[in-house]
Amino acid sequence: MFGLFKKFKEGLAKTVSAIAAKTHGLFGGRKIDAASVDELEEALITADFGVETADEILAEIKAAYKKDASLHGWQAAAIGAAVLQRVLAGSEGDLKPAASGPTVIAMIGVNGSGKTTTSAKLAWKLKQEGKTVTLAACDTFRAAAVEQLKTWATRLELEIVASHTGADSAAVAFDAWQAARSRGRDYLIVDTAGRLHTKSNLMEELAKIRRVLQKHDPAAPQHRWLVVDGSLGSNSIEQAKVFHQSFGLTGLVVTKLDGTSRGGAIVGIYRQLKIPIYFLGLGEQAEDLQPFSVENYAKAVFGIEG
Amino acid sequence: MFESLTEKLSSALRNLRGVGKLSEENMADALKEVRTALLSADVHFKVAREFVDRVQSQCVGQEVLKGVAPGQQVVKIIHDELVRLLGEGATTLSAARPLKILMVGLHGSGKTTSTAKLGKLLKKRGYRPLVAACDIYRPAAIDQLEILAKQEELGFYADRASKDVPAIGTAALAAAQTATADCIIFDTAGRLQIDHELIEEVKKLRARVQPDEVLLVADGALGQEAVNVAKTFHDALALTGLVLTKLDGDARGGAALSIKSITGVPIKFVGTGEKTADFDTFYPDRLASRILGMGDVVSLVEKAQETIDQKEAEKMAAKMMKAEFDLEDFLAQMQQVKKLGSMQSILGMMPGMSGVELPAGADKQMARTEAIIKSMTPQERRKPDLLNGSRRSRIAKGSGTKLVEVNQLLKQFQQMQQMMKMMKGGGAKKMMRQMEAMKASGRYPGM
Repeated sequence: MFGLFKKFKEGLAKTVSAIAAKTHGLFGGRKIDAASVDELEEALITADFGVETADEILAEIKAAYKKDASLHGWQAAAIGAAVLQRVLAGSEGDLKPAASGPTVIAMIGVNGSGKTTTSAKLAWKLKQEGKTVTLAACDTFRAAAVEQLKTWATRLELEIVASHTGADSAAVAFDAWQAARSRGRDYLIVDTAGRLHTKSNLMEELAKIRRVLQKHDPAAPQHRWLVVDGSLGSNSIEQAKVFHQSFGLTGLVVTKLDGTSRGGAIVGIYRQLKIPIYFLGLGEQAEDLQPFSVENYAKAVFGIEG
Repeated sequence: MFESLTEKLSSALRNLRGVGKLSEENMADALKEVRTALLSADVHFKVAREFVDRVQSQCVGQEVLKGVAPGQQVVKIIHDELVRLLGEGATTLSAARPLKILMVGLHGSGKTTSTAKLGKLLKKRGYRPLVAACDIYRPAAIDQLEILAKQEELGFYADRASKDVPAIGTAALAAAQTATADCIIFDTAGRLQIDHELIEEVKKLRARVQPDEVLLVADGALGQEAVNVAKTFHDALALTGLVLTKLDGDARGGAALSIKSITGVPIKFVGTGEKTADFDTFYPDRLASRILGMGDVVSLVEKAQETIDQKEAEKMAAKMMKAEFDLEDFLAQMQQVKKLGSMQSILGMMPGMSGVELPAGADKQMARTEAIIKSMTPQERRKPDLLNGSRRSRIAKGSGTKLVEVNQLLKQFQQMQQMMKMMKGGGAKKMMRQMEAMKASGRYPGM
């Protein structure tokens, strides 16, 4: 448990320091005053939490300050973390295998969110846990996306079913399921092409992949995860809404959180759609995909030691 | 793009109706809404605050002009301020030849795609571009660029064995010289602005190849982070411009405002679609208009001029006027439209249409129509009257469509011809006069 938190803290270290730097001393021993509340608002907004969540956290801190004028920074931080934990309660995803295999996980999202990399990382992670996994290279649209996943597969010694760029992505998914089934694999991870949620024709292609998989198994794909770039702002909420409407999302993976971005937009997504968050991408290495923990995230964001 | 910001601004300003003079009091609510709207649109906290302050100081004390709703007046002030913020006037690329361009940015921002798109655009402008693959990290990034380069017939350089990025840069310059390319675009790996090692690497590459342009490629949906990203890249590499990508989505694009006002680096290009043609020069004034829902007609017109062969268009217009327009011309025209890019991206540039989603398959419908016409003999295309029942069913079979579709197309075409005949009788001139009058009065839809 400690090791896990450490990884979180390392990945989110920049996050912590960014918020802490803005609110210098605020989360330490200094007493709170009107000016520091203003600074706190800035810190929360610039973490992409969105106006709603930022206001909620601020309101609670202000209320506590009204009751106790000698409120200290660390107390304010604890309040902030508590609000965040409350808002995110129940958001931890728990990956469960289907009754009959393979359990299919479809990775979907806009262009450049990190679907291919996440697919490879997740396959590696499951393999480390002793599960058997097949990858399906269904991004047949972007030039060299198939080669990208293949390279990952070779590097991490993963099993992959792939065709060529321009092939029918649904057909690849169909074949991959069959292969995973006949080899008795536990999981099938389907990497799909990036698509902006505003393109209805591309959303239709996604529905086709689903229909085709359902010919094998009416429950497939059991998991439909949206891969969200953690450095994006409020638009990721729009993305999630539209993908959810047309594809029925069951989970989120938030990537690129090893920068200074704080991925606050996931709070907005969870608030509105209640889709659980499964993993966070905290780096470029295969092992940098970490399970999401509300407590760790909230504490890391507010710089509270575990 | 930016529809949401427009929507929010207009609802924020609606309750200003009916006041005589703009004051701090009657503006307060609206400006608070504007600030919230800007923040929700991912405009950076500080930028939003400064923006609201400036708008307020400009508004307060102004008489509400007669015949203008106060809301409209404020929109005008916001519009002007947006234009100022985004930087007035168009921003062009360096005139140096050979022109060396370095593309940098975060992971997944769209560098490789933008490299190919920019190459295509510069080729159209008369350059002989070569793209150089300097992303040695992401698996298959080199393959991706190679495929795109081949597709757009651009020069390509890569050294798959090398791990020395600055050296690859130098070798690419030499390769460009041998290939007599006069424009070299370096596609680099995605990197976090806080990854010192990789930032050092690209700094070395910059020092080695001495680019005339260093373009930061940024996702239009970036959040508050946009400011940190742009600032650090700017400090390390002295950026000369920005490429804003994925603007065909519904991202509110506040990042564009933030980056521009914090770094002062001009936004030079925008990516607006999946096709390599969906790439445009950035015009701040037009974008500001677009933010306020005025559409972007000028961009569309220019795109059309560039893509559509001028002579061909004149010939077509003459034919239309004489009502000699046949199916052969119809096909040619359709192919011209296709060159403009996807229907959706064309629609996005029209006023009032930015939020409109084309019914699924509008592009597909065009492909079917094309197939039908292509299944006709040249003679049939010129004289559609020849098309009797058996010819029609042959065409349906040949194009893989249904007879109904063939009939429908022919009926539509007939109607078009009739309209042209009407126009021939002087109606066209009248129409043109009306349009001129509208333009002169400055009354564009949406304002």
